Amino acid sequence: MLELLVNGEKVSVDVDPSTPLLWVLRDHLDMTGTKYGCGIAQCGACTIHLDGVATRCCVLPVSAAQGKAITTIEGLSAEGDHPVQQAWIELDTPQCGYCQPGMIMAAAALLNETPQPTDDDINQRITNLCRCGTFVRVRAGIHRAAELASEVKA
Amino acid sequence: MNPNQPEQTVDVSRRRFLVGSIAGVTGLTVGLSLPLGASQEPGVDAFEDEINAWVIVNEDDSVIVRVARSEMGQGTLTGLVQMVAEELACDWDKVTWEFPTPGQSLARDRPWGSFSTGGSRGIRDSHQYVREGGAIARELLLAAAAQTWSVAIKDCVAKDSVITHLPTGNSTTFGAVATLAATLKAPSDVTLKDPADWTVIGQSVPRLDTAEKVTGALRYGADLTLPGMLHAAIHACPVHGGKRRGVDASAAKSMPGVRHVLSVADDAVAVVADSWWQAKQALAKVNIEWDTGTNGQVNSRTIAAMLREGLEATDAFVGNSRGQTLETLADAEELVTAEYSYPFQNHAPMEPMNATVVWTDQSCEAWVPTQNGEAALEALADAAGLFRDKCEVHKLMLGGGFGRRANHDFLIQATQIAKQLPGVPVKLLWSREEDQLRGVYHPITQSRMTAKLNDDGLPEAMHIRISGQSILHALRAPLGEPQIDQAVFQALAPEGEHAFVYGIDHFLADHAMRNTHLRPWFLRGVNINQNVFYLESFLDELAAKAVTDPLEYRRKLLTQAPKALAVLERAAANAGWGRPLAPGSGLGLALCKAFGSYVAACAEVSVIDGELHMKKIWAATDPGYAVNPQQIEAQVSGSFMYGLSAALYSELTVENGRVEQENFNSYPSMKIAQMPDVETDVMPSGGFWGGVGEPTIAVAAPAVLNAVYAATGVRIRHLPVKNQPLA
Repeated sequence: MLELLVNGEKVSVDVDPSTPLLWVLRDHLDMTGTKYGCGIAQCGACTIHLDGVATRCCVLPVSAAQGKAITTIEGLSAEGDHPVQQAWIELDTPQCGYCQPGMIMAAAALLNETPQPTDDDINQRITNLCRCGTFVRVRAGIHRAAELASEVKA
Repeated sequence: MNPNQPEQTVDVSRRRFLVGSIAGVTGLTVGLSLPLGASQEPGVDAFEDEINAWVIVNEDDSVIVRVARSEMGQGTLTGLVQMVAEELACDWDKVTWEFPTPGQSLARDRPWGSFSTGGSRGIRDSHQYVREGGAIARELLLAAAAQTWSVAIKDCVAKDSVITHLPTGNSTTFGAVATLAATLKAPSDVTLKDPADWTVIGQSVPRLDTAEKVTGALRYGADLTLPGMLHAAIHACPVHGGKRRGVDASAAKSMPGVRHVLSVADDAVAVVADSWWQAKQALAKVNIEWDTGTNGQVNSRTIAAMLREGLEATDAFVGNSRGQTLETLADAEELVTAEYSYPFQNHAPMEPMNATVVWTDQSCEAWVPTQNGEAALEALADAAGLFRDKCEVHKLMLGGGFGRRANHDFLIQATQIAKQLPGVPVKLLWSREEDQLRGVYHPITQSRMTAKLNDDGLPEAMHIRISGQSILHALRAPLGEPQIDQAVFQALAPEGEHAFVYGIDHFLADHAMRNTHLRPWFLRGVNINQNVFYLESFLDELAAKAVTDPLEYRRKLLTQAPKALAVLERAAANAGWGRPLAPGSGLGLALCKAFGSYVAACAEVSVIDGELHMKKIWAATDPGYAVNPQQIEAQVSGSFMYGLSAALYSELTVENGRVEQENFNSYPSMKIAQMPDVETDVMPSGGFWGGVGEPTIAVAAPAVLNAVYAATGVRIRHLPVKNQPLA
């Protein structure tokens, strides 16, 4: 049995330690907000936070996540009201929405480290794929989330 | 709010909630909606409290609107609900939605019309009967109120879910009269609102499906969980048309979690396991020997040579012919010619193909992200070996479609697997690699463009020869000899929703059909993607030859096409066409009529040290009527991403009969850093209904590449751009 800390809760899973964290979340813990898109850490649909750092968990053995705080889209905010989520709703950012949990987790991690990101910061740090092409609203949404977060702090 | 939430599944006798609960459940697991082996008359009893097929009004005034078309990100769901709500005259804030099932449609003689979701048809092909559905429901509610008050219906009006009797001022709510309204006979005809009176249609209301997409709560097909469900991974012959010859599964069978290694049809092997990761790991250990036949000898070079031969062949189908094109060209002292090409491309939606199926010899049920619920039911019943009324399909939200999910090969496979495991729900999920290798692809084509210019430098005659695949032929090949495929001529057609917009006296578009073993299919935009790239690039070449400004050049050819000219002028004006630009920068234009709409783009780019920077695109769209402008803007912006990603990076090459690009590392897609800013001018001129999900894709590549030419003098005639130097 492996012990994990997922969204603040300790869970035990009986799983091969080489299993990618993505499939432990999805098939063992039935937390399906974190998506499978490519399996080779190219698309970012599986982005979670590992000790607060945006991590593509489709290639991360679950054993490497032991002892670290795992945050998934389900645990980003209690009420779905993280500034990024608020901004996404305000701008109607998602289209099909499948990539958006990963996109939102990547954006939230960026804002944690860089509360007022420039367009260049976004270009360098947001490398998730979106085949619907929501990028114009993703960019606007990150700037809007930065505003919302600073309003909360003020 | 979404009706598909678990707290609304309490009354399990009410089938529509239960069906819906599975589609969008946020809990851990859900029950099957049909008792297997039981009679499966698709629940007429579920409809006893509806006003009509389109509308359910609950006592608390909440309204549920049924939507038959699929939602894959394009926003049709919200647009269709807006149209019902407009005529219903309900309070928009009280509206939710649900998907009726294909089985219900079958049992009720298709009250919701077509389930097919493609061709940018969601709004434009159903606006009439959808609005009538809302209007009939409103009339029934008015009649119920009038009957309650013993007054004339004509003296009653509905607004925001409240019915008022004008002479007395008495009022009641939709919820209060819904039960009575449900028992009344529907009027035989209704009058729809004048567009000038619309208050919901035309408004940029927020989508109805956003909240659950930002919390991870929405369950896509890939996320579905059923009690006792097993997971399947599959590998089909990577050479289309190839067969399975031998299978050695000895190593795989003993791996952890593996339950079964199954042969599927004559060309695939599946591993069924307790988790998908286990199934995928074991599948990699199955040794499969393929018989790839002659298809295994095909490669990109042989395909290109075959298409090249078609550029000069005499066996072409004529799609559009006016004047005496070939004769005029034959008499010309000088011809302008250019050859272009467009590669195979894959849809690559973010959610790989998947379907969950449970089969018994009495019934079969499937949960499918599909662009066409009815076609999915047909495919399911065929594969299950059961009559359609013993089968049911539950549609889920799609994690992208782009045309791919109008093909149900993955559902057929899932059913073939489930059939080998009676009573056990099996979720088949394709890997990204399977999605690439077993795609149905955007057709490959080449073109030869030929023109004769008159004394003013304008094309007196133009011949567009297209050589390449036909999607429709692939669909109807069993019917026999190739016939003309009119869809090949999208945006080049003599008339209709894909009419050629330019005034050229002698014009010929013809098609030398050259098919390969790779299966062609509808990919967002379909044949406008290459046709408009060919045409709009070549027009720019002709303008350059005539030493004429590209906008002015097009104006002279659009004197009889005012709506097309209007979007072109708007895009150019918004971009500041003609303004001075820095060296190495340029503006480029493109225009088309497609899927009934008029769209234009003006792109600004710069090329620095051979590297392309797309600064901004100004787009103009006239869809006739604009149901939700902010969603049209989203579709236009997304279309530039899809079209430019395809133009810059996307190419499937073939070696030994199989596609070489297996994942996003070799089949890249645009990222935010490359995405230009997009400013969209939605300019509905009224009087017609055009689609918006696809047309803009066609103008993306030529607008940018015409701008590249303006910036550098380099003309790109072969896609993708990544293969060629820009300096």
